[in-house]
Amino acid sequence: MKRLLENEKVLATALLAPGVTILVVFIAYPFLMALWFSLTSISVGDPGEFVGLDNFQRALEDTIFQTAFKNTVFYTFWATIFKLALGMWLALLLNRHFRFKRIVRASMLLPFIVPTVLSAWAWRWMFDPTFSVMNWSLFHLGLIEDRLPFLSSGDWAMWCAVVVNTWRGMPFFAITLLAGLQTISTELQEAAALDGANAWHRFWHVTWPLLLPVTLVVVVFSIIQTFSDFQLIYVLTGGGPANSTHLIATYAYQVGVNSGLLGEGAALSLFMFPVLFAVVWVQLRYLKRMDVR
Amino acid sequence: MLIERKWKKWVFFYVPMAFFIVFTLFPFYWMAVTAFRPDSELYHTWRQPNATPFWTLDPTLEHLHGLLRTTAFPNWLWNTMLIAIVSTVISLICGMFAGYALARLKFRGSEFLGTGIFITYLVPQTLLFIPLADIVRGMQLGNTPWALILTYPTFLIPFCTWLLMGYFKTIPKELEECARIDGATRFGAMVRIIFPVAVPGILSAGIFAFTLSWNEFIYALIFMSSAELKTVPVGVISELVRGDIFFWGQLMMGALLGSIPVAIVYSFFVEYYVTGLTGSVKG
Repeated sequence: MKRLLENEKVLATALLAPGVTILVVFIAYPFLMALWFSLTSISVGDPGEFVGLDNFQRALEDTIFQTAFKNTVFYTFWATIFKLALGMWLALLLNRHFRFKRIVRASMLLPFIVPTVLSAWAWRWMFDPTFSVMNWSLFHLGLIEDRLPFLSSGDWAMWCAVVVNTWRGMPFFAITLLAGLQTISTELQEAAALDGANAWHRFWHVTWPLLLPVTLVVVVFSIIQTFSDFQLIYVLTGGGPANSTHLIATYAYQVGVNSGLLGEGAALSLFMFPVLFAVVWVQLRYLKRMDVR
Repeated sequence: MLIERKWKKWVFFYVPMAFFIVFTLFPFYWMAVTAFRPDSELYHTWRQPNATPFWTLDPTLEHLHGLLRTTAFPNWLWNTMLIAIVSTVISLICGMFAGYALARLKFRGSEFLGTGIFITYLVPQTLLFIPLADIVRGMQLGNTPWALILTYPTFLIPFCTWLLMGYFKTIPKELEECARIDGATRFGAMVRIIFPVAVPGILSAGIFAFTLSWNEFIYALIFMSSAELKTVPVGVISELVRGDIFFWGQLMMGALLGSIPVAIVYSFFVEYYVTGLTGSVKG
């Protein structure tokens, strides 16, 4: 036994076995099952039968799903832009020397640490139609006459979800970009300043190109998480009003779990796959390039 | 050094920083204020002139009592903690072993496996929850803590493996070779030499994994059905919203109490957490 473990191949197999087993049983196998489910009419308590691409066809004709898909793209696009812009700004601010820097940096990460579902409740309470603190403030500042329909109108609610997602994800961008910033030598900045570059030029021509690799990776991670998001919408609107704010994931949950239509639900989730696959592919290509360098 | 004028510092630093601090922390402040605000004050509509929304004049513990009386909140907290700790430990062990194998051992298919594990890292939970619920039910694990203890590692192991693989690669090979010359086996050298040196990396991966499993929602929502077996995020939603009635005071108290343990763990290990976070995205 002891001698056997000296063999690199045997040892490697033994060391990899536990982790790989869990990943195969709970990721690879369910993935194959999802593919199979999506081709059948299976529902809770009924194994169903093979129906080909019917589930996908039905999804494409389903107006709620069309809305959900558009919402998902909208949500991912705007939230990622805001997270990147604000996260970059925050990283640049945190990269300076100031008093209480450590505690400020630590507290900036709180939205990312605290369970999203719990903090989303605080936001929902802030958006409450009748007791909203934001409506109260704006009204008493004389800025609004009538209350703003934060979550009671579909368009407003999607923007609210973008704001909350930005709030939650911005620290991840900020802290990761900050780590990137700290590897850039200040001498480069000073040299550029001596050459007469102003702050914007220094950022655009020196900092930004050097940060690009980190930025790309962070954006990829964020797109995956935002595109597949579930929790925020589940808490803020539950997909309402009138199914106008569903994301792919929340709609798949409604169909697959609440209505028990496993086949259709699995097909709906799989609509996320091509987009995620494209993003992962970019990431892998990029990683390969890193290895070559 | 780049010197800047005072007004510039206000415009470009203090004001934006203040904006970020308020934006980031106000929801937590609001959560806390609501948790201690008596119901009579809580439900003041937005038009009422005499409301004092930003603080409360007579803080109360009624929501805490209500939470403890009407729900199984202590159980939820205990479940969340137990599941997070056990799944973190499982993932760490698997991640340490797999990370070591991928970083140090030569075998066929190591690159393929590394890429495979990285891809599973990017698979979101929302892609697989429907078949996974079926598998969990089939294994008779539904509505037991094991359903979550065994499925959380699916998103923790890839991350731990990836982070620790990077960390192991930074440890000089000579360290191990010395031990092997002194008669240690490969396995022994890994456990007694490499793992102790890698403690900071292991701690980073562990803290990050712990916060991730504390955060998880969709699996816990689907796999657990008994009220006393739920985790905090799921329990708060399913037990404190009854029909159309939201118990806002209790909800906010539950959210606050459910956030504090993870915030405390985080505050003790901020630096490790940050290393884990930034390491989680490095190739």
